[in-house]
Amino acid sequence: MDIKALLEEIKASPFTVVEVAAPHTGVVEYAVEETGFGVVGPSKSWWDGPGTLLGTISRERNKKPLYAPLKGEIETVFSEWAGKFVEAGTPLFTIRHYLTKDEVIKAILKQALYLFKAPERAKYYFVPTVDKKIKGEGHESVRVKDGMDLFIVSRMKRETVLAYGGPQGIIYAVYFRHDENVDMGRPLIGVCPEDQLSLIQDVVRRVQVEWEEP
Amino acid sequence: MDIEKRVQGLTERLQYIQDIFGDRENTNTQLLKSKLSDFLERENNAPVHEQVKRMLALEDLFAFLEKKLERGLTSMDRVRIVRHPYRICLKDILENVYDNYTEIGGQDEYNIDPGMLIARAYISRRVGGKVHNQPVMVIGHEKGHGQEFRNAGSVKPWGNAKALHYMKVADTENIPIHTYIFTPGSYPIEDYPGAAQQIARNLYEMAGLAVPVISVISEGGSGGAEAIGLADVRLMLSHGYYSVISPEGAAAIEGKVKRGQRVSPELIEKCAEQLKITANDNMAMGYVDRVVVEPPLGARPMHYDFFKTLRREVIQATDKVVLDVKGWNFFRAMAVRYRKKRRVSKTENIYVRWSLNAKARERLVWRRYRKFRRMGQKAYQDSSPATRKFFSRCKEAGWSLYSLFKYDLLKKQKKKIDHAVEEISGEILVLKDRVLSPWAKLKGRLGGNGSPGSSRRKEKSLTELSYWEQDSGGFGGNGGGYVSAQARRDRTVTCPRARTHGCLDLWAPDLFGDFAGICNYCGYHFRMEYQWYLYNIFDRDSIFEFNEWVESENPLSYEGLDLKLEKIKRETGLKSACMTFEARVNGIGLVVAMLTGNFRGGSVGAAEGEKFIRAAERARKKHFPFLAYVHGTAGIRIQEGTNGVIQMPRCTLAVRRYIEAGGLYLVLYDTDSYAGPVASFLGCSPYQFSVRSANIGFAGPRVIRETTGMDVAPDYHNARQALSRGHIHGIWARKELRANIHQALLTMGGRNLYYR
Repeated sequence: MDIKALLEEIKASPFTVVEVAAPHTGVVEYAVEETGFGVVGPSKSWWDGPGTLLGTISRERNKKPLYAPLKGEIETVFSEWAGKFVEAGTPLFTIRHYLTKDEVIKAILKQALYLFKAPERAKYYFVPTVDKKIKGEGHESVRVKDGMDLFIVSRMKRETVLAYGGPQGIIYAVYFRHDENVDMGRPLIGVCPEDQLSLIQDVVRRVQVEWEEP
Repeated sequence: MDIEKRVQGLTERLQYIQDIFGDRENTNTQLLKSKLSDFLERENNAPVHEQVKRMLALEDLFAFLEKKLERGLTSMDRVRIVRHPYRICLKDILENVYDNYTEIGGQDEYNIDPGMLIARAYISRRVGGKVHNQPVMVIGHEKGHGQEFRNAGSVKPWGNAKALHYMKVADTENIPIHTYIFTPGSYPIEDYPGAAQQIARNLYEMAGLAVPVISVISEGGSGGAEAIGLADVRLMLSHGYYSVISPEGAAAIEGKVKRGQRVSPELIEKCAEQLKITANDNMAMGYVDRVVVEPPLGARPMHYDFFKTLRREVIQATDKVVLDVKGWNFFRAMAVRYRKKRRVSKTENIYVRWSLNAKARERLVWRRYRKFRRMGQKAYQDSSPATRKFFSRCKEAGWSLYSLFKYDLLKKQKKKIDHAVEEISGEILVLKDRVLSPWAKLKGRLGGNGSPGSSRRKEKSLTELSYWEQDSGGFGGNGGGYVSAQARRDRTVTCPRARTHGCLDLWAPDLFGDFAGICNYCGYHFRMEYQWYLYNIFDRDSIFEFNEWVESENPLSYEGLDLKLEKIKRETGLKSACMTFEARVNGIGLVVAMLTGNFRGGSVGAAEGEKFIRAAERARKKHFPFLAYVHGTAGIRIQEGTNGVIQMPRCTLAVRRYIEAGGLYLVLYDTDSYAGPVASFLGCSPYQFSVRSANIGFAGPRVIRETTGMDVAPDYHNARQALSRGHIHGIWARKELRANIHQALLTMGGRNLYYR
């Protein structure tokens, strides 16, 4: 996989365009009508603060608000639907969202890494040999291959060995701490092909330094 | 050296004046500043005697101007005085008022809550050549002259729990309790034991403490103050404030400020004036017993004479409480009264033992109840005609008499007769079985099991379709007699949890009619009107309202409240937020006090409190269960100031009296219930239940954010959270309320309910 090409591709078009469609049938009323209008997505600590009000859809005399799902600017307003009845799924707006630093890194790592996930909720440890190596030389020094005993799963005093299953490579990132429970399905480690490690690190570093958010 | 110290003292006094008055008294502060700097400039060259002379003149000038400024103090200045780090704190009082003390349960920050200080102390009195050390339990908020870890005396729930623990210790040891209130309010978090629920527990226990409790108020911020403020004598420092809410909080509500906005200082000043929070205001309203006069611009640790005054006052107050309930007290009580009236400084040469015997302890609790019962009588309006008042008093006397005969005098005899009848009927049954057994055997052999009628009924029930009985429409009670106004709208309604639970829209007539306001998909309970409950919980035509003439008014003449009250009375047809009535559930009579969310958010003021107390008294006299149904309450009505906040101890005392008389006190929360009422007469019930989707708590999310800086989760106050924290004892679905209340009436409660 060409990580650099991926980054260049993102750089060439650092946006995603999100379509805001009618969630259900109803008569549309627009609150935002001009393109280029800046909107924000859900906010507050618990994401319970609604985004910018884009319009309303009335069905059975029940006027329901339509909020912006993410930050960006209005690219298109399908204003031909104003005051008309629309079906569910009819596009009403498109929002141009400028990718954030985290989103770019996430997109790159999603392509580049293989995530090995927790099979059950438990505490996880590396097996002693691996643990020693990680503590001495860092997790990048550990080569993993399919079927290799890598973790100890500890749950209510029951301890079992868990083998790694996935492509061969080295551990790029560790996503758990030995003293905390990990929920089922959460990633434990991210593995990348050995030859791409320095490249990925370099690209991530560049994104961290160079990426500018509006 | 001495001069330097005095200069330092004057600099601090000047700084203090500037902090209190800000730019308002610029001329006076400028004068003092220039005089002080003038003195400092010339000081080095002048001979010592000249320095002393000038220093004396300067000190006189300071004293003169302080007295002058004292006359112009506003309510908000007093708030700034009590919050100033130079203000006396509890440790100063322990050092200077008591002869010896040991702090218990913590040392500085190594403390479960450094804002709450407990100490065992004693006061030594030399009487007749003998020294008496009289032990006292001192409990109070500690601000620690601005020590950050004390949290300005804003006590967490576990701090109040600690206070309660040591109140009980004092009760066991039979020693008086002196409480010192220096708090801007309680720390509003719900973690166990919970801000509201712990204050409620404190109030409930204090209502029954059988030792003298004297409280001294410096900064009395609402619920936090009440947590240790239910006392036999309430003294207040002349520069203190005692209020339902901080002036800033009141202004934020009045000004309807949003997140990030600031309230104007003018509005805060105005609210502080309107709330009548000063010592003299509270004295005039009868919520404190005595004002302890402080030096000009408030007591600071250097004012040693003030501590003498305070010592005299607390001793006098304790003596008075004890002598009022003791048998042998004639001359000493007279002397204490005389000295109190004349403010005689010599109080310690009368010896009064502060421990009480069993009878005196009983009298003390009764006197405390009566003291609070008499409070706030002028803060509401009872417009019932005189004849009606007279007849209702006669009726109440009749119930008391009837109850005395039926439950106290005749009950024992009746029990004896009942037991005898049970024994005899048991004997007869055995005899009857013996005599009739040959006949029963014969009948069994002939196959005649049961009557022909019963077998036909059984056959019918097994073969035919069942149908609704004529009377049981709706969810029980009055059945479908009430149609919600919300159900008359031809539109759909979206469930607030549609985003997370995927609920589809519901048609309003279905939702607010057949579904009783419950989302078909996720079980979310929409708000229903209080009338729905009246029709669907209680038996048909069983509701009888009483005290409907008691009416909310505007005791502080708070600007704009008259109009608001008039409007809401017109809109709702109610006279106050509390409706009290007798009703029946499956034939069991009960007294209900209902706080309706429609009337000023269900806030509790003097009228609501009075009605609640009268309902509790009626339930006690008639031996009925007592249900507090909270359709919704936003807390204490802030515009009534202390008239509102005093309802917390008043109603809790009434509830305690009712529970101790053997009744069943049930609380049922619906929609949103917050603040004062939950932190007192509602939260103290041993049986608190909630309708699903209700929110229960001490302070709302905005106040929590402003006070603690924490953003709480949207479901922080949800009934389920309250249940898992142990604040309530069960959650009921709306459709099952009637059945659950009936079940509660049968299985819970005290010994003295007539239907048992």
